[in-house]
Amino acid sequence: MGCFVTAFLAMTDGVVPPDPEGDVMVSIHRFLAVLLVSLPLLATSPARADDAPDPFIGLASQNFDIVANAVSALAVSGNPQAGATIAAIEADNLYVDAADDGAPKILIKQGDAYIDARTGQKAADINEDDVNSVRVNNAVRRAIEAAKGGMDLFAADATTRTKAAEKVFTSHDAAALPLLARAIAAEKDAKAKLVMEQAQAASLLTGDGGSDAERIAAVAILRARGDVESKSLLQSLHDQSKPVATAIDAATSSLARIEQLWSVLQSVFYGISLGSVLLLAAAGLAITFGVMGVINMAHGEMVMLGAYTTFMVQEVIRTHAPGLFAVSLFIAVPLAFLVSGVAGILIERCMIRFLYGRPLETLLATWGLSLILQQGVRSIFGSSNREVGTPEWMSGATQWGGLTITWNRLTIVIFAAIVIAALMAVMRGTSLGLRMRAVTQNRRMAAAMGIRTPWIDALTFGLGSGVAGMAGVALSQIDNVSPNLGQGYIIDSFMVVVFGGVGNLWGTVVSAMTLGIVNKFLEPFAGAVLGKIVVLIALILFIQRKPRGMFPLKGRAVEQ
Amino acid sequence: MSRLSTSICIGLILVGVALMAILNLATAAGAPFHVPTYAISLVGKYLSYAILALAVDLVWGYGGILSLGHAAFFALGGYAMGMYLLREIGPRGVYGNATLPDFMVFLNYKSLPWYWNGFNHPGFAMAMAVIVPALVALIFGYFAFRSRVSGVYLSIITQALTYALLLAFFRNDMGFGGNNGMTDFKDIFGLPLQADSTRVGLLVASALALCLCLLVARYVVTSRFGQVLIAVRDSESRTRFLGYRPESYKLFVFVLSAIMAGIGGALYVPQVGIINPGEFSPANSIEAVIWVAVGGRGTLVGAVLGAVLVNAGKTFFTGAFPEFWLFALGFLFILVTLLLPKGVLGLLQKKTGGRV
Repeated sequence: MGCFVTAFLAMTDGVVPPDPEGDVMVSIHRFLAVLLVSLPLLATSPARADDAPDPFIGLASQNFDIVANAVSALAVSGNPQAGATIAAIEADNLYVDAADDGAPKILIKQGDAYIDARTGQKAADINEDDVNSVRVNNAVRRAIEAAKGGMDLFAADATTRTKAAEKVFTSHDAAALPLLARAIAAEKDAKAKLVMEQAQAASLLTGDGGSDAERIAAVAILRARGDVESKSLLQSLHDQSKPVATAIDAATSSLARIEQLWSVLQSVFYGISLGSVLLLAAAGLAITFGVMGVINMAHGEMVMLGAYTTFMVQEVIRTHAPGLFAVSLFIAVPLAFLVSGVAGILIERCMIRFLYGRPLETLLATWGLSLILQQGVRSIFGSSNREVGTPEWMSGATQWGGLTITWNRLTIVIFAAIVIAALMAVMRGTSLGLRMRAVTQNRRMAAAMGIRTPWIDALTFGLGSGVAGMAGVALSQIDNVSPNLGQGYIIDSFMVVVFGGVGNLWGTVVSAMTLGIVNKFLEPFAGAVLGKIVVLIALILFIQRKPRGMFPLKGRAVEQ
Repeated sequence: MSRLSTSICIGLILVGVALMAILNLATAAGAPFHVPTYAISLVGKYLSYAILALAVDLVWGYGGILSLGHAAFFALGGYAMGMYLLREIGPRGVYGNATLPDFMVFLNYKSLPWYWNGFNHPGFAMAMAVIVPALVALIFGYFAFRSRVSGVYLSIITQALTYALLLAFFRNDMGFGGNNGMTDFKDIFGLPLQADSTRVGLLVASALALCLCLLVARYVVTSRFGQVLIAVRDSESRTRFLGYRPESYKLFVFVLSAIMAGIGGALYVPQVGIINPGEFSPANSIEAVIWVAVGGRGTLVGAVLGAVLVNAGKTFFTGAFPEFWLFALGFLFILVTLLLPKGVLGLLQKKTGGRV
């Protein structure tokens, strides 16, 4: 038996590829192979004194191959000391005390003291002269490397065991089956056990073993797992017996349906995400255009101001307080609201108030203003894109079932929801909101009731602009911060507001989400640009049918 | 009043252009009164813009339709002309393909798309430069006016129209040259485009077209039809209650205006030498509106004046202070709307006591 192992090792040593990854792969294979041959070997080993095999004994050997096998055996033994011991060999801290005639003591050196590897207790009366270091060669090192992987299946921590099982699932090597069987038998944690069973099923199906019934059960396990990997694994299986093949076919087609469902859900998420961006861009406009009836073509520039405020905040943080970077956006949001809001109030006081009742002139004047703001920002910051960083907590993505959700998109969805909720609260719940609605519904009557309508106009416009500024903070995370940032959103924003129905915040929400989702569902068929064109044309046609949007205001306020 | 100013305007255009033509062709380069060829093309460009401005004034000044998508009709006319000019190149292109324009060879087209057929005939292309904008305006206007979309809503959907066309023409597989558009034209009607005489000819053609459009527009707005149109502008519902059908009036003037814009675009392309999707950008349409506002809305002549003034200013600013052009244009928008609601022409009329 031992000879066979040695020959096997020599054989595999010859084919070890030079690249490190391949090296580890081969080692894992070898580890598994060694396991197969060494388990019965250990079971019948004469060195064993009682029923419980002593996995440590081989470590004392002078033969590297025996040491390597001992490492592999130790790894799967489930012995609580296995991890520490293997780590000690790797760190050259494992020693053998050959003083006794009986089983040699295996010692872990810690500082100047020794610890008995079998018990984890401090070992007393060690004579330094009798202690020899356990030497390692490449074969042993590879065994250690592989053992650490397999050992994780028996690790104390359930998460580590699950991860190790996932790894076996991915490699789905038939050689891992006996190891998995042991691990499953020992497993207490339900989740880890499930993953191990899935790994076992994958390994079983890849190999030729198992009865039809076992294989069909394995197919069922993979079907229940239902992810892309299971599906591709099932699809890769050929030459199965008839009942198994039928089961596989049924499983793959059901998985394909599930995958389709996920991709629809993914499109919905992308759509909601795009809808939130549209909603943020349009929310301010829903106030200035929707509630006040002012066509503010400089609305996009209010968004741009918000984005540049974010940039400035991050610049200051970078130079003065780098530790605050993670919260830079939280600082930027109120500042952007203030900057754009004040800009909005100034615009209203200096320009728009002279143009009430002349919507087309307002449109032209605010367009002129947008040109000035763009060129102003270009003169100050340059025309190139400015770098706005994404905090750690917003980068990356998470997998939820078959959905990939990027944190920055999710954050924007949540942010949009908060902004809209706040806006509605202000419009409905505050005295300012009450006055705003009063002024828009009947200006003269509101004035007669003592409301200072000019102030309300200015504040309403400031509120709309400030919301646009907050949108700029969000957009700085997903778009280029350049002087042209706002221009890209102005037409879309108007479309959203008009589609939803002027003067109706809920309408704006529904319309932004509809447009976002429709856009994302059209994209796979029509491509991004054509999809957008189709949506635009559909909108133009829609406005023909319902000139006042999906949710038009009713009553006298309609006719101006 | 309007008759006198129209006559003055037409007279000035014709005399000025004739003078420029003579001074360019009859004097040698370097002579004291020589007009360089680039100036000929520049003025030609202004006059094509003036046609566009006239078209905008016709719908905005008299029909009350603020179209923020008129540059789309201009660009459609321009593209028709560009397609003809590309076909005219024939086998002299970089790739030497007799039927396929260079960009199609480059983009691996095997044969000419069907909608390019016929554009090798100048007459067909010229007709298309008018028919396509007219058709787009007819379809768009029919739906828009029938369902009584008006005011800012109409402005916004006209902007969406030109935006959609912008996106569409940017696509390479639309077969209109993608974002590079069309350029490197060689001949027009068999005459080399670079020759002085061709350039002068184009300028004269632009001047004549402008005068013709001016006369047609004046005829339309002073006719009985024009009176109703003005009534629609000032009070659409009242006009409807009087028994007129405002949508028909608006549709007619909208289509007529699109035709004029198409003519302007067709004249613009050979003089500028390029047409690309950028011409569809909503900003261009809005700029055309400001020319009208600067000159004086609802005066026709004012639109011509505004287009020439603003564009001359643009040429000056972008040459001398490129940083400041957008500031200048922006302030122009604001000042004109706030302080000069009747434009430059209104100012002139005040000074002259309403005689011009």
